Amino acid sequence: MKDVEYEFDTNRVNPKKFALWLLIIAAIMLFAGLTSAYIVRMGEGNWYRFELPKTFLYSTITIVISSFTMWWAYRSAKKAEYAQLKMGLLVTLMLGFGFCYLQYLGWQALNQMGLFFADDVHGDRVSASFIYALSGLHLVHILGGIIFLIILTIRVFVTKATSTLLLSTNMCNTYWHFVGILWVYLYLFFYFAH
Amino acid sequence: MSQSATANTHEHGHDDHGHHKESFITKYVFSQDHKMISKQFLITGIVMGCFGMLMSILFRLQLAWPDSSFQILETLLGSKWAPGGKLDASFYMGLVTIHGTIMVFFVLTAGLSGTFSNLLIPLQCGSRDMASPFMNMLSYWFFFASSVVLTYSVFIESGPAAAGWTVYPPLSALPKSMPGSGLGMTLWLVSMILFIGSALLGGINYITTVLNMRTKGMSMNRMPLTIWAFFFTAILGLLSFPVLLGGSLLLVFDRSFGTSFYLSDIFLNGEGALANSGGSPILFQHLFWFLGHPEVYIIILPALGITSEIIAVNARKPIFGYTAMVISIIGIAFLSFIVWGHHMFITGMNPLLGLVFMIFTLIIAVPSAVKTFNYLATLWRGNIQFTPGMLFAIGLVSFFISGGLTGIFLGNAAIDIQLHDTYFVVAHFHLVMGCAAIFGMMAGIYHWYPRLYGRTMNKTLGYMHFWLTFITAYMVFFPMHFMGLAGVPRRYYQFTVLPEFGIWENVNVLITFAAIIGALAQLLFLYNFFSSIFYGRKSAQNPWKSNTLEWTSPIEERLHGNWPGAIPTVHRWPYDYSKPGYDDDFIPQTVPDDGNLDELAHSHTQPAEPPSDEPKNVVHFSTLLARWMGLSKA
Repeated sequence: MKDVEYEFDTNRVNPKKFALWLLIIAAIMLFAGLTSAYIVRMGEGNWYRFELPKTFLYSTITIVISSFTMWWAYRSAKKAEYAQLKMGLLVTLMLGFGFCYLQYLGWQALNQMGLFFADDVHGDRVSASFIYALSGLHLVHILGGIIFLIILTIRVFVTKATSTLLLSTNMCNTYWHFVGILWVYLYLFFYFAH
Repeated sequence: MSQSATANTHEHGHDDHGHHKESFITKYVFSQDHKMISKQFLITGIVMGCFGMLMSILFRLQLAWPDSSFQILETLLGSKWAPGGKLDASFYMGLVTIHGTIMVFFVLTAGLSGTFSNLLIPLQCGSRDMASPFMNMLSYWFFFASSVVLTYSVFIESGPAAAGWTVYPPLSALPKSMPGSGLGMTLWLVSMILFIGSALLGGINYITTVLNMRTKGMSMNRMPLTIWAFFFTAILGLLSFPVLLGGSLLLVFDRSFGTSFYLSDIFLNGEGALANSGGSPILFQHLFWFLGHPEVYIIILPALGITSEIIAVNARKPIFGYTAMVISIIGIAFLSFIVWGHHMFITGMNPLLGLVFMIFTLIIAVPSAVKTFNYLATLWRGNIQFTPGMLFAIGLVSFFISGGLTGIFLGNAAIDIQLHDTYFVVAHFHLVMGCAAIFGMMAGIYHWYPRLYGRTMNKTLGYMHFWLTFITAYMVFFPMHFMGLAGVPRRYYQFTVLPEFGIWENVNVLITFAAIIGALAQLLFLYNFFSSIFYGRKSAQNPWKSNTLEWTSPIEERLHGNWPGAIPTVHRWPYDYSKPGYDDDFIPQTVPDDGNLDELAHSHTQPAEPPSDEPKNVVHFSTLLARWMGLSKA
């Protein structure tokens, strides 16, 4: 039995949690690279400036609120208050879907301003292409988080509470905060650098 | 609590027979055992390597005899790619592109780092498997899918991607710009995105395992240098591949959705001015080389780590300057992120920016020189065992020096502007990262073959393989320096059209002959590798008398879980070779210290027993002199 003890030294981070953090670092590099590309392209001039549609502000508020509900769910999981955990996860999930819908409305608003993902006529409208590309890639990350949330919610409803459930909630919490903060960063970036 | 969490590993640990009820599929195909995944990476890498090498022979034939026709080419490649036995020009470009892609990504990234990180990280750190065996398996299958897609792209009607392995837009961004930019380029991008997935999954696993799953006593400063190298390789990959992913995605958008991230002011033959405007092709170069430069260290660092280990084992000496080696790995890893601009000196960048990139580039020479110096100092007066693995490791040092020196030329913006895209660059990177990394990989294969298959490879064939490869590699790449200095540009199809390059005709023939002999030498290796799996001599448990942990796990049974009983505890650093006062000239890491051992530098200088009065170990200078002159054999 002795060998098992030091195999999982409790001082060390759980490998799964650690791997999640590494994944987050990789995602940060993806967006750091693309926002740098945005800055480099902007510095070359011939850059169309426009106000971001208000919808993106609403989606930002939504994702920030959902971070709080996710935190509430995680805290309930730690205290083993499962009714609240279920509620927290469901609310977060709803807000996540709401965010996706608001992003879609945001793109619609951009379309109505005459800004398209691919614009062959106006060379300076590549600024809008960047916003579509970055917010689209961010949405892919949100969808990953939503799938994670759905699986976790199903597990909370179906299975009994275990320590692995707490770990999953913890990881989901981390990831959801990350995609939330990532959007806040992108929103502020678009707001100030355009 | 910890027991429920570790039930899985626990089961492996105490499985008396070491056998699992595993089907063929779970054992050999979708295996989650890191040792099997390592073999999968290795064999896929070897197959891809043969493929890339064959391509190089094809375009070398064209370069040596541009006006001759080889009927066999038409028979093999068909009348589209070799009409009348002469290689088609756009297929030539495709071959160059796919050769580069295969060698850089599929052989030297996945084949080298994938193989040895998988094999050695759990075994040398002392863990049952990777942090996530499932992700590890996924990493291999992403790589496999990516290999299949890339190989497939060579056989499609419009030909493979042909914009060079760096796929600069607009050539790569406009499907109509040339035949290979259509479906071939799309498949290249699909393959690359799958490859990035594989690299990230693998890298996350390697870092997690190194940081969290080392056995008791295996502190960071007791890790073998191989692990340090794999660790920083994985960090480099984790930080740089996502940026390439971003760049590739924008390229996909440009190609398939009509955006203009990289396109502007293009006139296409037969189409006139294109509507795309506002994009910047230089932007792609920034994104590409932000990966591209760390990528060359992703290639060379594992090879350097493998070399450190093999040289220390086979010189029967502690590695010289362990801490300096670690710091130089960290230095190289850090600097590799801030030098990408030296690939872009001729893009019209601000000269001040060019100067910054130049200075950082030249600073990389410092940690590289530290490593070279430490290799030489380790070899210095060592009791050198010339195993095939050791020869290849020494070969790496040779290529690293000869190729690294030209890096100092190319790092200077003023010289680079002259030498950019000439054969000088081809010679430089083939020596410093191509040959050096291949030699590191070969060294690793010969050295850890017993660990992989429980048998040893044939020594004589190994020696023949080494000498033929070593000599032909220099014969191929050394003359290219002079061609490059004379301004011969790379990627050209036929030099006879340009009379000023006529003087290089015979040199090209020489290079091609050397390349063909070098390729034939690899047949020796292939025969040796595959026949030794079944008929090789059974290896001893610790054939090289090495200190590291991988030789304490039974090499015969190859358990999933690595050790039949408890994971061994580590008591010392891995380089206690030829330590005074011990009977053996090696002390495995698992041997407890005798109380007065300190790790690192002091450990091998302190005598384990108090010195006796008899000065039997004192050798007088005159005796040494006599020994050197061959007068006394004492």
